[in-house]
Amino acid sequence: MSAIVKIKGMNKHFGKLHVLKDIDLVVEQGEVVVIIGASGSGKSTLIRCVNGLEEFESGTLEVDSQQVAPNGQSQSVLADIRKEVGMVFQQFNLFPHLTVRKNIMLAPMKVKNTAKVIANATAERLLDRVGIGSQADKYPSQLSGGQQQRVAIARALAMEPKLMLFDEPTSALDPEMVGEVLDVMRELARVGMTMMVVTHEMGFAREVADRVIYIHEGQIVEEGKPADVFDNPQNERTQAFLSRVLAH
Amino acid sequence: MEFQFQFDWQAAINSIPYLAKGIPYTLMISFGGLIIGFVLGIIFGLLSINKKWYLRWPATAYIEIFRGTPILVQVLFIFYGLPDLVGGPIDPLTAGIAAIALNSGAYISEVVRGGVQSIDPGQSEAGLSLGLSRTQTFWFITWPQAFRRMIPPLGNQGIVSIKDTSLFSVIGVGELVRQGQVYIANTFTAFEVYFVVAIMYLAITLSLSLILRLLERRGVASA
Repeated sequence: MSAIVKIKGMNKHFGKLHVLKDIDLVVEQGEVVVIIGASGSGKSTLIRCVNGLEEFESGTLEVDSQQVAPNGQSQSVLADIRKEVGMVFQQFNLFPHLTVRKNIMLAPMKVKNTAKVIANATAERLLDRVGIGSQADKYPSQLSGGQQQRVAIARALAMEPKLMLFDEPTSALDPEMVGEVLDVMRELARVGMTMMVVTHEMGFAREVADRVIYIHEGQIVEEGKPADVFDNPQNERTQAFLSRVLAH
Repeated sequence: MEFQFQFDWQAAINSIPYLAKGIPYTLMISFGGLIIGFVLGIIFGLLSINKKWYLRWPATAYIEIFRGTPILVQVLFIFYGLPDLVGGPIDPLTAGIAAIALNSGAYISEVVRGGVQSIDPGQSEAGLSLGLSRTQTFWFITWPQAFRRMIPPLGNQGIVSIKDTSLFSVIGVGELVRQGQVYIANTFTAFEVYFVVAIMYLAITLSLSLILRLLERRGVASA
């Protein structure tokens, strides 16, 4: 196994707010890392730094053996990295002016120059895989939230990424739709996809994660196997957080 | 003294062929100007939201100058003023097209800016996260959505610009109003002729509204 993400001493501010404090994190290939923490703790910012949607100020970041420099990497290097790193957003961010099929076909055709027939076949295969093969010619607005998020996952998978980032993928969903999205993510984990997942779904974290990371005010204060973190948290911040989220 | 006014239908009908000669000029100036104005609007609208100040400032200056001065002054400046600078006369048609282009371009810049800024940043983040370049993300993802929202205000601007061409009678382009003035000078039938002129403008602007409605509806169907 080799590392796909190496973060060392990463710092970032939003104005005066120190959102990431000396973050050190290595993600191995095939590993599922779940990042938990309170709102505003910096967990989303951390994974958004991995694909360059956010800049960081100091420290080092290496993704798929490519260096991302602090304070803004060149766009071409970032585009190279992003080809290998898929991302799923809280608000889905599907392209509303394109059909589901075209949402999925766009990036392979424009970025990798994949032939249209091949991109189309890939789109159909992925839609089947996420369980919505019959919806290919609908527009995103015609789908439920859960279906939209599954399309978003399929869209990211179409680029055949080595790493998938999930930024609170179920937080905007109605409760009855959370399960269908988590099922797709569970299946991805099972076939060995490397994943970094920011989520409030503690059940999912416990079941699927190889490693759970707890972030508090921009710092990693605890990490370990889910059983250890959830059942026997060492840090009192983690204990307080878990007692709040697991109480209900 | 008894005064009775009667609308002279015959005079109105008689004026139509002469007035109609102005329509091609009105259309040429409006649509010629608007097409160039649209190109200027895209260029300066996008420059006005660029992160680089040395691109943003000149674009903002252009927009403010041409929105902040009357189009009549602009066309007089181009027609009577600019020849001193370029050392030769500028024909009225060219001056009219240039005035509509520069003036509508400033307003369309604002439409473009507003349209582009109204698109959720999450859209371009999604595009970038898939490995698309910034340029690809803009033209494949942001622009088509922004353009759809721009159609109603663009329609407004089109109608305003069509009506603005009536001012160019002052520089002697044979557009609708100019044709009317010349015709009235010979027949003294101001009421009837300006009525027909007004109807002709209305026919042009209503056709444009209709086309834009259809365009919008087609857009909505796929959104």
